[in-house]
Amino acid sequence: MAYSLTVNGETRLIDMPGDTPLLWVLRDGLHLTGTKYGCGVAACGACSVHVDGQAVRSCQTLLEDAANAEVTTIEGLGTPENLHAIQAAWLEHQVAQCGYCQSGQIMQAAALLAETPQPTDAEIDEAMGGNLCRCGTYPRIRAAVHSAAATLKG
Amino acid sequence: MGRVKTIARRTFLIGSAAIAGGVAFGTWQYKKAIPNPLLADEAYTLTPYVLIDANGVTLITPRAEMGQGVQTTLAALLAEEMDLDWDQVQILHGPASRAYFNAAILEEGAPFVPTDTSWLAETVRGAMHIPAKFLGMQITGGSSSTPDAFDKMRAAGAVARAALVDAAAQRSGFAAGDLITARGAVVLPDGTEIPYADLAADAANSDLPDTPPLKPQSEWRLLGRALPRKDMLGKVTGTAQFTADIRYPGMLFATARSNPGLGAGVTSYDAKAALAYPGVEDVIEVPNGVAVVANSTWAAFKAMELVEIVWDPAPYAGTDAEMRAQVEASLTADHQDSRNRDDGDVAANLPTDAWTAEYTVPYLAHATMEPMTAGAWLDGDRLRVWAGNQLPTQVLKEGAAITGLDETAIDVETPVMGGGFGRRAEMDFIKQAITVAKALPNRPVLLTWTREEDMTHDAFRPMAMGRISGTVAGGEIKALDLHLAAPSVISSQMGRIGLNLPGPDATIVQGAWEQPYTFPNYRVTGYRVPAGVPVGSWRSVGASQNAFFHESAVDELAYLAGVDPLEFRLNQIDHLPSRKVIEAVAAASNWGNPPAGRARGVAFCLSFGVPTAEVIEVAMTPQGLQMTGAWAAVDVGIALDPSIIEAQVQGGMIYGLSAAINGEITFDGGHVQQTNFPDYDGLRMPQCPPIAVTVLENGSKIRGIGEPGTPPAAPALANAIFALTGQRIRALPLGKAIGFA
Repeated sequence: MAYSLTVNGETRLIDMPGDTPLLWVLRDGLHLTGTKYGCGVAACGACSVHVDGQAVRSCQTLLEDAANAEVTTIEGLGTPENLHAIQAAWLEHQVAQCGYCQSGQIMQAAALLAETPQPTDAEIDEAMGGNLCRCGTYPRIRAAVHSAAATLKG
Repeated sequence: MGRVKTIARRTFLIGSAAIAGGVAFGTWQYKKAIPNPLLADEAYTLTPYVLIDANGVTLITPRAEMGQGVQTTLAALLAEEMDLDWDQVQILHGPASRAYFNAAILEEGAPFVPTDTSWLAETVRGAMHIPAKFLGMQITGGSSSTPDAFDKMRAAGAVARAALVDAAAQRSGFAAGDLITARGAVVLPDGTEIPYADLAADAANSDLPDTPPLKPQSEWRLLGRALPRKDMLGKVTGTAQFTADIRYPGMLFATARSNPGLGAGVTSYDAKAALAYPGVEDVIEVPNGVAVVANSTWAAFKAMELVEIVWDPAPYAGTDAEMRAQVEASLTADHQDSRNRDDGDVAANLPTDAWTAEYTVPYLAHATMEPMTAGAWLDGDRLRVWAGNQLPTQVLKEGAAITGLDETAIDVETPVMGGGFGRRAEMDFIKQAITVAKALPNRPVLLTWTREEDMTHDAFRPMAMGRISGTVAGGEIKALDLHLAAPSVISSQMGRIGLNLPGPDATIVQGAWEQPYTFPNYRVTGYRVPAGVPVGSWRSVGASQNAFFHESAVDELAYLAGVDPLEFRLNQIDHLPSRKVIEAVAAASNWGNPPAGRARGVAFCLSFGVPTAEVIEVAMTPQGLQMTGAWAAVDVGIALDPSIIEAQVQGGMIYGLSAAINGEITFDGGHVQQTNFPDYDGLRMPQCPPIAVTVLENGSKIRGIGEPGTPPAAPALANAIFALTGQRIRALPLGKAIGFA
């Protein structure tokens, strides 16, 4: 059976088994490849997306459970021509090295700032602790989250 | 495939057609030897780094972008000499070609300490470029990309610029000497600007000049500055295309399971249940394993679990306890591999009751964020391969061997990769993808390993051991004797690509034998552990273990001597750039005055020619030990991009700290026991201290910085733990001996 899913504001019909993780629906079904596969067990955060505004691990969210929900991926957060404030801050601080974890880091940070507009270092650490970066971009992520918070405050 | 291949198949340099196809420029010292892979006509034997077409200037940056920013820095070298504005520059990795061989990669293996700049040492290092060229290996590793490219790519830019100026001179009637270049154009004395794109066809038809003088450093506009990375926008918007993000019509999705006994083959397998799984197209035997091909990666993962496979046994000892016994048993004269350092008379100056300690480190996985992934497509009579890899010329060889095609019928694309750290110099996953593509002609196939396959099928950093003795007198080390045992990374790694490099393996003693200490009696002996588990290059290679051994020992002796550990090092190093980095971390950290309740450790290592000193500060909290501060100072000779260098040093340190605290791969029954991040974790943001980096330029040569940040991290942390708690931990990972927050 086909499932209906709203991704980045667009309603899509997905003809994949209901127990397919959202990650693979996005990547192999919809070819939205900004969301990455890192571990498959919710241990690294590379696959983070927003489902109804909450940051979730798409590798652990089944298609049948996300049906009818609003999904936002990195492609929906902002585009190269129209960056979200968090992406602009990542650019300003030149955060990414290999970049593979950064979609997940940015989606996690976006959820943090939606909830806690002016986070402390400790709150950033707490919120971002589930997002692994093997290149070691943490110092710049911290700085970029603060920058984005300042921008969003206006 | 990428734009380069499209261009390469066209006819070049014929009248106005040249501008449609693009024009390639470049030069270097052996310019006649290797065909230009951008040119269909091999009569033009220029090394191609500069491509000009109607879209503007594209710079070829033929080193793997693993996150280290190399393509940005290589492009800046060309753009500087060509007087391009940074926002005019487009970059491409380019095709696999021997023309892009890495000359600097073998220098690290020369038997001269990096601080030796004598005629003989430099001559031998220069001679290492010849076998490097003979091997024709386009390889990214060894922190060698920047040193290799520094002259070569600036020269290519300068030649291209000179040819364009000549073309403008002929067209305008002005003398070349009256013309200047700016903003990607030749500027005539009357102010008229002729864009390079308008001159490219003329320039390509003229003889290229010899390399003109390069710009003096004082005139640099791009080099020496923090430039916006060319890969950044794509990486923050999810639009950067990693291997698994490249899609072709009709593409199939595959995964493979390989023998958990590393390197062994398949006895038999039963694919019946997997073939019945919805979406599965085929099950194919591949090197060392079996692959499932399906209509989605998830279907392939699920069906893979249904394939019943009988494996051949692992060709090495079963448990890490047995492996450790082999390492220990190798510290004997008959396993001696090298003794490149033997200053003074160690034997005569070490009393029988001298201080002695043994240090051990475990196997380590690379654990890149992106699991091993490769795409392949047998498209008619051509093979296309797209895979993040550090050795594209080897992909040509493997592709030819598997398919029977000539290397000229193979296109290799090297997308940005989700971390490399040495792992993507291996060919295992790429060979599997090519094998699947061969079995399914005319179907593009993307093969993705699960994290579990990735973690359990690495070419690991070897288990290693150091047995060290020393004695102090008058507040200094009088004798230091290091016996270092490890299997040969070079022999294991080169063996897998069919090369046999004879002689001692410098990586067994790397990070120890070449240190700039002035101990009067100083001996470093390497012992080769018999080959077992496949081992490979892991960020900083031998220095990753030997710096821990060496710098822990120096620290222990500092305490025995009753001298401050930082002063102790400074008192026994006379190499100026090395002294300066130690002084820099001392100043930056306000060494000697840690906040109440905190303690610091220091470590130093000269690796890949870069003197690096690091200080780590720790405190005990109710949750366990917490790192509260970190400082690093490095000397790269010439700092081309301070922001990228800072990021590499921070990242290198964090990579080293991750391994120091958590990293351990163990074996049972010949199989790796850690399968995913929960049992092989990296440092997380709450554990990561602020890291301040100082970049110095006192060294005599330009150096690469991908690796040097890693080696001092583990000993600096271990030494800090000793300073805080009095607990001397001699076996990694530290987390087994002390609890971390």
